[in-house]
Amino acid sequence: MNAVARSPIRNINAPDAMSHRSMEALWSRPPGILGWLCSTNHKDIGLRYIVTAFTFFGLAGILALLMRIQLAFPEMHFLGPDAYNQIFTVHGSTMMFLFAVPVMEGIGLYFVPLMVGTRNVAFPRMNAFGYFTYLAGGLLMWGGLLTNTGADTGWFSYVPLSGPQFSPGHRVDIWADMITLTEIAALVGAVEIITTVFKQRAPGMSLNRIPLFVWAQVITSFMIIFAMPSVMVASGFLAMDRLAHVNTHFFNPAEGGDALLYQHLFWFFGHPEVYIIFIPATGFVSTMVETFSDRRIFGYTPLVLSLIATAFIGFGLWVHHMFATPLPNLGRSFFTASSMMIAIPNGIQIFCWIATLWGGRPRLHTPLWFVMGFFFIFVMGGLTGVMLASVPLDIQVHDTYFVVAHFHYVLIGGAVFPFFGALYYWFPKWTGRMLNESLGKLNFWTLFIGFNMAFFPMHILGLKGMTRRIYTYVPETGWGNLNLLATIGAGIIGISVLLFLINVFISRKSGAIADANPWAAPSLEWSVSSPPPEYNFYHPPSVIGRDPLWQNPEEQPVVVGLSKEKREVLNTTIIDARPEHKYELAIDSIWPLLLAIVVGLTMLWFIFSPWAIPGGALGSLIVLYCWFWRGNEPQPFAEGAEANPPPPENAPVPQGAVS
Amino acid sequence: MTFFSSTAATLVAAIFDKQSALNPAGEQGASIARLWWIYFCVLTIIFVLVAIFLFFAMLPRRTRFVGQEPAGVIEQPNESHERRISTVVISAVIASIVVLFVLLFIDFFTGRSIYALNDQNTADADPLTIKITGHQWWWQVEYTNESQPSKMLTTANELHVPIGRPVKLTLNSNDVIHSFWVPNMHGKKDLVPGHPTEMWLRATQPGTFRGQCAEFCGLQHAHMRLTFVAQPPDEFEQWMQASSTDAPQPTTETQQKGLQVFMSNQCMMCHSISGTNARATVGPDLTHIGSRDMLAAGAVPNTRGYLAGWIANPQNIKPGVRMPPNTLPSDDLNALVDYLESLK
Repeated sequence: MNAVARSPIRNINAPDAMSHRSMEALWSRPPGILGWLCSTNHKDIGLRYIVTAFTFFGLAGILALLMRIQLAFPEMHFLGPDAYNQIFTVHGSTMMFLFAVPVMEGIGLYFVPLMVGTRNVAFPRMNAFGYFTYLAGGLLMWGGLLTNTGADTGWFSYVPLSGPQFSPGHRVDIWADMITLTEIAALVGAVEIITTVFKQRAPGMSLNRIPLFVWAQVITSFMIIFAMPSVMVASGFLAMDRLAHVNTHFFNPAEGGDALLYQHLFWFFGHPEVYIIFIPATGFVSTMVETFSDRRIFGYTPLVLSLIATAFIGFGLWVHHMFATPLPNLGRSFFTASSMMIAIPNGIQIFCWIATLWGGRPRLHTPLWFVMGFFFIFVMGGLTGVMLASVPLDIQVHDTYFVVAHFHYVLIGGAVFPFFGALYYWFPKWTGRMLNESLGKLNFWTLFIGFNMAFFPMHILGLKGMTRRIYTYVPETGWGNLNLLATIGAGIIGISVLLFLINVFISRKSGAIADANPWAAPSLEWSVSSPPPEYNFYHPPSVIGRDPLWQNPEEQPVVVGLSKEKREVLNTTIIDARPEHKYELAIDSIWPLLLAIVVGLTMLWFIFSPWAIPGGALGSLIVLYCWFWRGNEPQPFAEGAEANPPPPENAPVPQGAVS
Repeated sequence: MTFFSSTAATLVAAIFDKQSALNPAGEQGASIARLWWIYFCVLTIIFVLVAIFLFFAMLPRRTRFVGQEPAGVIEQPNESHERRISTVVISAVIASIVVLFVLLFIDFFTGRSIYALNDQNTADADPLTIKITGHQWWWQVEYTNESQPSKMLTTANELHVPIGRPVKLTLNSNDVIHSFWVPNMHGKKDLVPGHPTEMWLRATQPGTFRGQCAEFCGLQHAHMRLTFVAQPPDEFEQWMQASSTDAPQPTTETQQKGLQVFMSNQCMMCHSISGTNARATVGPDLTHIGSRDMLAAGAVPNTRGYLAGWIANPQNIKPGVRMPPNTLPSDDLNALVDYLESLK
């Protein structure tokens, strides 16, 4: 087999028109709405994730504005307690489960294949299934809110408040089943990313040459695989405790269950969740800092090791969410130490990024402005996080607006600012047009100022005794002025997001045309046209270093010999990315959508009856039978020689450990 | 310097008052506030240092703005420059590790000091024991008098403690998780059903402070407040004496009628007034309701107007509260309010 040519081929991404057309036809989805529903292209799925998640971000942002209006003055009667409780719960749950995690995975699913130089993710149909399951979870949650059945016990739904005795009705059931659906989607995405990165990298992209963005995605995916089962157990037990005719007592202290068990299960997921949101964002920051410094990133190895360390330590500090509960003091000291320890890898990352900027000559485009905002806000959130690691300080500020301020500094500073930077950075790759720079700077400054105006006063409010999740407060508390300031800040954030949307609508039609690599960036997604062709790479590239496009890409060998009649990708070895064999991917299919519908209906039915589980299993089995029906499924290997790995001398050998 | 610190102290006192972690009036609160200021100073310095480094990295003469850059020219890092940067980064990492360790030790010592009371022998410390039970959405407060169990005192949403004496709060919840928090005194402690727990504190300064439930507990979580009165021991004894008595007998005709209204309506199904036949424990004890400064767990001041409004329709003040509206003729309501106000 001759999968890799050593002879240089110039202009690798511009095949002649006829080859381009036939490859487009092979890799594009069928026409029409049905075709759209069948699509398994990672770029379609990734963009769907991003657009859907951004929509949920906007909706949850509107809920935040409603809450801020209610809190602007003491004893306001804009929202009653029942509406307020639904709104803050759906705001938090949406931001965590329907925006932050899926949007990071969506960007990953779009760019990981492009950055590692392959044509699609490893299991394209499962990828489509993941998206539709996530959408089902989102629709369930918001359908609940719009029918006055919105969850109302907070995004962590502590028992016994969320148990059958204190939350009758089906609000909490909707929440618990939304968790299950979105976690299925998150797990699916994680499996996609890990497999794609480990098995489909371009020849020569050994582990020590993977872009930091991709490292961040892989590490996040591993965290998802270890963290999500815990919350699914928690929400599953909760659903069973609540379900008529099942009525388990996992969390019912009156029957020997334990309310603290729920908290352990939830936070064993809940704390890693923060890093599941933050680590992909560090990938965006590393990418943008490197590109706009015009030099290779400082401290690649420490950065990767910091991410891995963060991922490990992130599983060892969940109890700092429970310092106020009746737990033994000795155990709490351990979690103080581990919570402080996680500041070290995060500090290393900050120092390496500043060093990269210092050692280069930064080009201050809009994405880099957002990275600057990230530095200021995230560092402050990280430092208040060090305060929360301390038991004495935590028991004062826990569950107050100080904590509300802290986690918005960490999550908006650490994830939303890099996310907006990433939108400006990759918009040309998605659409072929640049976003407007002036509007972009206005977008940045309004967001930065609005954010600090909204959230900085909350630190003071927390120290003044204002607790979380209160729908109003009495005038004698003296919290009114700072709350009004925060509400004005929230309004400015709203204007800023509107400016972004206006920028998108204007630039989509009349923005400057982007060529393949408008930022002079080093990673492989910029070697293909903007937007990328359906097949990504006509000839998948090979690489000899960490920054392929800064290393004379025209002279690199490319992968040839992949089929032009079947959707084939090249599989490579995990560590050195030596070519192993060709692998044929599944074609587009409607069955992933149908399976997602069956799973969604199962969870809906499970709100009312335990029979949903056998019924849903049967339905899923039928759909899966069709999905895997031999006639629908391409054969991964033809019989004979092609299934064998190519002889090693055909592979480009990675040159040393470090480029 | 003195001027600066005294100005700062005045400012802090003006911003942070009777429901604040930074205006401590007890031993534990003071230790935590001290720790807070140490952390605040150290972390502010770190923040400023990071900002300075970032500023120098982005100095305008080094940074190129849009349109100024030659595209695609990649800086080739210079070896000695890289080494210098490495030295700075490694020093910064080591410095952060050292700072974190220092903070960790200070934190452990503060932790030991705030929990020191818990470790004392209960008999030696002679603590005042107060039993606190969380309900949706009010606090039941019971003083257990070990020498005279008959003098047990039950009240609601209002704690009185003597300054200087250790106080042991035993905390429990009747329904969902609540969290007891009086920031001027101590941090918070969750009341988890099935996990009875305790909190020890010692008030050092007299005053009236406010606390609030800190764990989301349902519809009226916002209005689950309490009053915390720290007073000199003799004043506390007086209060204790006065509050341990049965409710005063009605003295006027309207008060007499008010008592009848109370007994012949649904009031007595949930509330108790000691010395009368009302002995229910579903709602707050009303024996000395007239002497409390707030109503409905801190939702409104205890004035005649609010009291009447509360009885007529609690759902107006605290939507979702367990107490139902009462359709009383207006003179009955007036008499009832007269009677309740007389329960000093």
